[in-house]
Amino acid sequence: MFRIKVDMPLLFGLMLLSVSSLFILWSAGGESSRLIINQAIRMGVAVTGMIIIAQIRPATLFRWTPLFYTAGLVMLALVLLVGDVGKGAQRWLDLGVIRFQPSEAMKLAVPMMVAWVVTRKSLPPNMKNLFWATSALMVPSMFILVQPDLGTALLIIMSGALIIFLAGFAWRHIAILSALSVAFVPIAYYFILEAYQQRRIQTLIDPWSDPLGSGYQIIQSMIAIGSGGAQGKGWGQGSQSQGDFIPDRHTDFIFSVFSEEMGFIGVLLLITVYVALVARGLYIAYYTKDTFSRLLAGSLSMTFFFYVFVNIGMVAGMLPVVGVPLPLISYGGTSMVTLMAGFGILMGIHNHRSLMSR
Amino acid sequence: MAAAQIELKDYLRETNLIHSRLIALVVLLGILALILIARVWYLQIYNNERFELLSKDNRVRLVPVPPVRGQIFDRNGKVLAENIPVFTLEVLPQDVEDMDELLDGLSKIIEVSPSDISKFKSQVRSHRKFETQVLKIDLSEQELARFSVNRHRFRGAKVQARLQRSYPYAGEMAHVLGYVGRINQRDKESIDLKAYKGTDYIGRRGIEARYEDHLLGQVGVEQVEANAHGQIIRTLDRKPPVSGDDIYLNIDVELQIKAREYLGDRRGSVIAIEPESGEVLAFVSNPVYDPNKFVNGIDHRSYNALREDVNRPLVNRTISGRYAPGSTIKGLVSMAGLEQGWNPNTNITCPGFYRLNGKSHRYRCWKRSGHGVTSMLESIMFSCDVYYYQLSNAIGIDKISAFLKDFGLGSKTGIDLKGEPSGLVPSREWKRRQRGVSWYPGDTLNVGIGQGDVLVTPLQLGVMTATLANRGKRVEPRIVGRLEHSLNGDAEEEVSLMKGAELGQVNASDQSFQTIIDAMTAVVQHPRGTAHRAAGLNAEYTMAGKTGTAQVVGIAQGAEYDASILNDFQKDHALFVSFAPVEQPKIAVAVIVENGGSGSGAAAPVARKVTDFYLLGKDANAPVDAGTLSQTAATVGLGVAR
Repeated sequence: MFRIKVDMPLLFGLMLLSVSSLFILWSAGGESSRLIINQAIRMGVAVTGMIIIAQIRPATLFRWTPLFYTAGLVMLALVLLVGDVGKGAQRWLDLGVIRFQPSEAMKLAVPMMVAWVVTRKSLPPNMKNLFWATSALMVPSMFILVQPDLGTALLIIMSGALIIFLAGFAWRHIAILSALSVAFVPIAYYFILEAYQQRRIQTLIDPWSDPLGSGYQIIQSMIAIGSGGAQGKGWGQGSQSQGDFIPDRHTDFIFSVFSEEMGFIGVLLLITVYVALVARGLYIAYYTKDTFSRLLAGSLSMTFFFYVFVNIGMVAGMLPVVGVPLPLISYGGTSMVTLMAGFGILMGIHNHRSLMSR
Repeated sequence: MAAAQIELKDYLRETNLIHSRLIALVVLLGILALILIARVWYLQIYNNERFELLSKDNRVRLVPVPPVRGQIFDRNGKVLAENIPVFTLEVLPQDVEDMDELLDGLSKIIEVSPSDISKFKSQVRSHRKFETQVLKIDLSEQELARFSVNRHRFRGAKVQARLQRSYPYAGEMAHVLGYVGRINQRDKESIDLKAYKGTDYIGRRGIEARYEDHLLGQVGVEQVEANAHGQIIRTLDRKPPVSGDDIYLNIDVELQIKAREYLGDRRGSVIAIEPESGEVLAFVSNPVYDPNKFVNGIDHRSYNALREDVNRPLVNRTISGRYAPGSTIKGLVSMAGLEQGWNPNTNITCPGFYRLNGKSHRYRCWKRSGHGVTSMLESIMFSCDVYYYQLSNAIGIDKISAFLKDFGLGSKTGIDLKGEPSGLVPSREWKRRQRGVSWYPGDTLNVGIGQGDVLVTPLQLGVMTATLANRGKRVEPRIVGRLEHSLNGDAEEEVSLMKGAELGQVNASDQSFQTIIDAMTAVVQHPRGTAHRAAGLNAEYTMAGKTGTAQVVGIAQGAEYDASILNDFQKDHALFVSFAPVEQPKIAVAVIVENGGSGSGAAAPVARKVTDFYLLGKDANAPVDAGTLSQTAATVGLGVAR
């Protein structure tokens, strides 16, 4: 008999986040019931998708990985050729029925493909295998970088890099690479980044240099967070958030609303939930039996935390504004579906952990 | 065996490797989480005082600057919708220490009604305390002065100058312009909130709703520095708003007013169109309502009174009223016949009724004694029903309904107003689909005289008449003539013309049009034409027209239509369509007088007066000398032909 299996700890954590999302959206979105209903519908769709994916065996995933990845790559190429321009960047593919962001699918396809490549030979990977793994990682990332969507590209690179790290990439090589990337920063700044991206970094270093221009959003966001204090100003009572000082406050900048109204205590609780989810994912990675599943589970879990880190980091003025939403809390559908699908894969791995199915 | 051992060894090695790396990730997770917590602690706890000060006191605000809504003018530049400054008394709840005390104090110097107060209080409850709420709209000069003197006593209250929509012609243009209303919760679900920042009003009906995107304009932004009391210290930066487009209608408001005046207090509709261009010159639906009452929200009692009024002033009859066209479409049926090879010289004898082959049912002519031997020209001139029974029976419903549809009946005219129905031209499939029964020959006879299931709007009748005047060239009617853009916007040109689309040519020969137009000219010009006495006497130009009567209640077989025993709402609707001058048509008019009796008696004089006013500038209702007075009196009540 076929039984639907989910991972209760993960599901519980995700539900906590979803409910918090609806609550804070009510306040951040100007108390619009339309926003709440839309978000709830998306959550329903995303959770359904997650539960379906949770029933898939890792072995099946492994078999389908090259096809999934190739399809994603083709669609990425299509976006560059015929895609829709939204908010100044070319990210959307209009399939008639739905509009679709192929870069979202790549958030799953890239770690899967890199894990697929490295597990074909024994670990740690040799140079040849490393080359293929790196190519599988960099080609789609470059496509996404020229859309241009720096935030997504970097996070996809991170997800692939995590696989390579988990597969045993030597520590000394990591040290060398880190040194090289630091040296590369100025080159990237002057030759690769677009003018608007450079401005974001300048803003980050000294937001008060242009308080009414590029620094405006980040200053207002920091004032919101900072004025929240330990206990926050109360739900719906944030004068910064409600007074319309913060652009994008129901999407990318929702964390500033959350922390102004819920205070440091609320933030601690929120981060605890995130850490608990990721820890559970790493636990699943630890106790599963086959290598592909381990790598994938480890990468997906940790990448999830990178999203959290990058979003809170940018909203709190530590990282440049790169347009990454706060996972499962920000208003928006596409990223939620991808994230939930990722958790579906984690659940699937855990559901089938005892089977040596390679 | 050995290979399996190596594999097992590999697997164990891999497991250990990945496990050690996973532990490294756990450490990384801990570090990253601590960094986040440390950062938020630094902002929220360590620097809390500084940020709290920043958030409370000296702060930069983005204040939306609402655009000025575009004005609406008639074709001669007369203002139909404008924005007038009013002073409103507003309260910011977060700055108020004791609300009851404040309201008490304010009501001593300013007249505030209990309903204003209860409305205000519910607004305060349902909104957040840093959102300003309006206590009273439109302060008088004295109230303004009294408030200014006592302002220091009322912390949290302020007077704001705002622009309010006003319609100087009140009801005259109500059905065309519609009105604006305050944005409500339902609107907020469907509009782009960013575009409406600081804007209070949204177009609700008519041109105001249809051209909302153009009238609205673009919101501007001011970056201001405010002090702890929320008072603005200085403006730092400003992106000015872009005013909405001004709209110039094709309508001539003078003609519009006169047309309604000629209609009197009767329910009905007058539409006047320039045939060549499709420009709508007058668009009257009577009775009307005062749109100014809706601007700040109409009170329940007045609204219910309007809604329950038996004359239904809120209904825009001209665009959405559906009537049987009656004999006004006989010209079209004749043309359908001509196009099918019907000889215009065919004479038919009208004995006062018509019987289908082998049936006993008598289809009656409006003239019970009959018209005798009747030609096509006479059939239109006298509006003989029997001629059309025979003609439509001969050519059949398929040809008739195809021809009427080709003329644009049964589909939307494409006018630039919302809520246009398509009307109905019945056909075989329609009846099978809708009623589940097949088409009977008797149905065809009814369609042939414009009764039965045929339904048209007054607007469609007007457009049909314009198409006749154009000899088949179909145009889309247009209320709006041009938009004038604000120059500081992103519009490239100052003016954009709003032309209706050309819809092509009706499939009929010039000869057919000539025959029908001659006959319709005779209706008005020939001494025995049905509309001669009502519309044709002493005309200084040539006019072609057609009367019509639409049945409201069925008359039993053998019974007599007797207006005296029917109540007002059961009387027939009177219709008249016309265009003039025949040689080079400048105006096409369609008139419907609900329950007006006969087309020639009630509707035709209205069309004549409207045409007189437009072409000659002659006002029939202007004070007249005794000589013409008696003549006018003689026209009234005469000519009961259908």
